[in-house]
Amino acid sequence: MIVSHKQTKDVKYLREIATEIRKSIVQSLTEAGSGHLGGPLGLADVFTALYFSILRHDPSIPQWAGRDRLILSIGHVAPVLYATLAHAGYFPVQELLTLRKLGSRLQGHPGRDHGLPGLELSAGSLGQGLSVGLGMAISARLNHQTHKIYVITGDGELQEGSNWESAMAAAHHRLDNLIAVVDRNGVQIDGRTEDVMQLEPLEEKWKSFGWQVESCDGNNMVQLLEVFEKVQDAQKPTVILAHTRMGKGIKSIEGDYHWHGKVPNADQSVDFLRELSGIPVDMRQA
Amino acid sequence: MGPFKNRGNKATKAGFGEGLLEAGKRNPDVVAIGADITSSVGVNLFADAFPDRFISLGIAEQNCMGVATGLALEGKIPVFSTYGVFAALRAADQIRVSVCYNNVHVIIGGAHAGVSVGPDGATHQALEDLAIIRVMPNMTVFSPCDATQTRWAVFTAIEKCKGPVYIRFGREAMPDFTNPDEVFCPGKAQLMIPGDDLTICATGHLVWEAIMAAGQLSELGIHARVLNIHTIKPIDSKTIIEAAQETGAIVTAEEHQIIGGLGSAIAEIIVQHNPVPMAFIGMNDRFGESGPPLELMKKFGMSAENIVSESLRLVKEKKEG
Ligand SMILES: [Mg+2]
Repeated sequence: MIVSHKQTKDVKYLREIATEIRKSIVQSLTEAGSGHLGGPLGLADVFTALYFSILRHDPSIPQWAGRDRLILSIGHVAPVLYATLAHAGYFPVQELLTLRKLGSRLQGHPGRDHGLPGLELSAGSLGQGLSVGLGMAISARLNHQTHKIYVITGDGELQEGSNWESAMAAAHHRLDNLIAVVDRNGVQIDGRTEDVMQLEPLEEKWKSFGWQVESCDGNNMVQLLEVFEKVQDAQKPTVILAHTRMGKGIKSIEGDYHWHGKVPNADQSVDFLRELSGIPVDMRQA
Repeated sequence: MGPFKNRGNKATKAGFGEGLLEAGKRNPDVVAIGADITSSVGVNLFADAFPDRFISLGIAEQNCMGVATGLALEGKIPVFSTYGVFAALRAADQIRVSVCYNNVHVIIGGAHAGVSVGPDGATHQALEDLAIIRVMPNMTVFSPCDATQTRWAVFTAIEKCKGPVYIRFGREAMPDFTNPDEVFCPGKAQLMIPGDDLTICATGHLVWEAIMAAGQLSELGIHARVLNIHTIKPIDSKTIIEAAQETGAIVTAEEHQIIGGLGSAIAEIIVQHNPVPMAFIGMNDRFGESGPPLELMKKFGMSAENIVSESLRLVKEKKEG
């Protein structure tokens, strides 16, 4: 059997990885000059936990049939997926600086046709990833395969009705190999989700559709590892509401929805990278 | 090639169902997705024979397209059939991004094509699906002319094609006349009747009407070439350009809106390579209505007599140059 990518439960190490991923997100978006910064930063811990601790995968064999699948439904947070894949070893970290550029394998929203290793799905039109994950979960069951299918969705994205078609169908077919992770950061482009279109009571919605529902602090590595371990033996489709902070890691932009669809300028970028590197404020000003 | 004899009326959806069942017997990777109306879109035979490979997803076409994408990414060959109005229009964005952008081998059945759906009326008569579907990159589009050819189109889509395929078919029992032993050649216009005075390019149910029209025209001394354009995309440009050069006039005939369908596809080729007088038989920018199928086809100008009158007009125009 293929040995899975070296996964770890070392929380300190995982936090360091998450920081490196955040730095790469800032660098790649600064270089790109357009894109979304807040969402990717908020999801860095979720992606680190998955790719460095939870997922069965092998970056040297991206198409390994036994791998766990990860579908990114919210395509606009692609920079966090790209940075994580690069740091996991799917392609050189240096390539992250080609994000959104002509001829790049790192499209603004994920596009498989450009041949990026580790990318499972071209996506970005909201509300489609969960359906695709459902199809993969059905296929795994038909083939008697034991891998799991993870689908990362946004919270604003849940306003698309097609998600609830998928939610209904996943419970109907008792797909216990399907795990959805909702990036519950509470914001979307126009503002707070609850102002734009109310999602609460969100746990009850998923429960009433027949899903197992878990919640955690999506920026707390200990909680993330616990909840992912817990859902491995679920008897039905599971959703994890990962409560994250948009822009996490950079105090001045945390939770600010204005950073949903914005990237830093060169000066901001230097500050952000210093902050992520833990350089104290007084030293920065010196 | 003809002469063509109607072996008895049969719905193209029946051909779809038979083809799917046979392909399912030959290949265990074939799976079918149902959105509730399985028996009226030709999937019930497969569902009965292979209950484990039939996936019921309810009335949720958007989800069906995504699920089909996921299945195809994992190596299954999913067939999702529903009414063309719902397949091509309700789930159009899922077809564009999930199915086509990922370029997965998903077979989409678009049933209830045209006004010959009959009494169900405008909401259920697919008249815009070709326009929507043929614009999608990576998509192959079949519009077979009878039940026998629809059966062939399904095999071909499942066993020979790569990437997404849309197969359009109808509800009403219509003449079944193509040779059951003739291999379906995707991307190739099928010469039904030779002739040099003009060309009738027809698709779907209108191929039989074109054959009837050619018979009537020959009694008037006009020899129409009839091409069955069963593959709307990729379209057989070479044969169509040759027909324009050799016959000097083209009538297109389809049970679809004139805007965006077969006629548009042919005009796109002709105007670039060899402009000749053209006439377009199809739905003229309006909705259908309830009624008996054949009477609706007559009412909206999509029958043999309309093809004859437009052909006569074009031949006259051509002569007067
Ligand atoms: Mg959000």
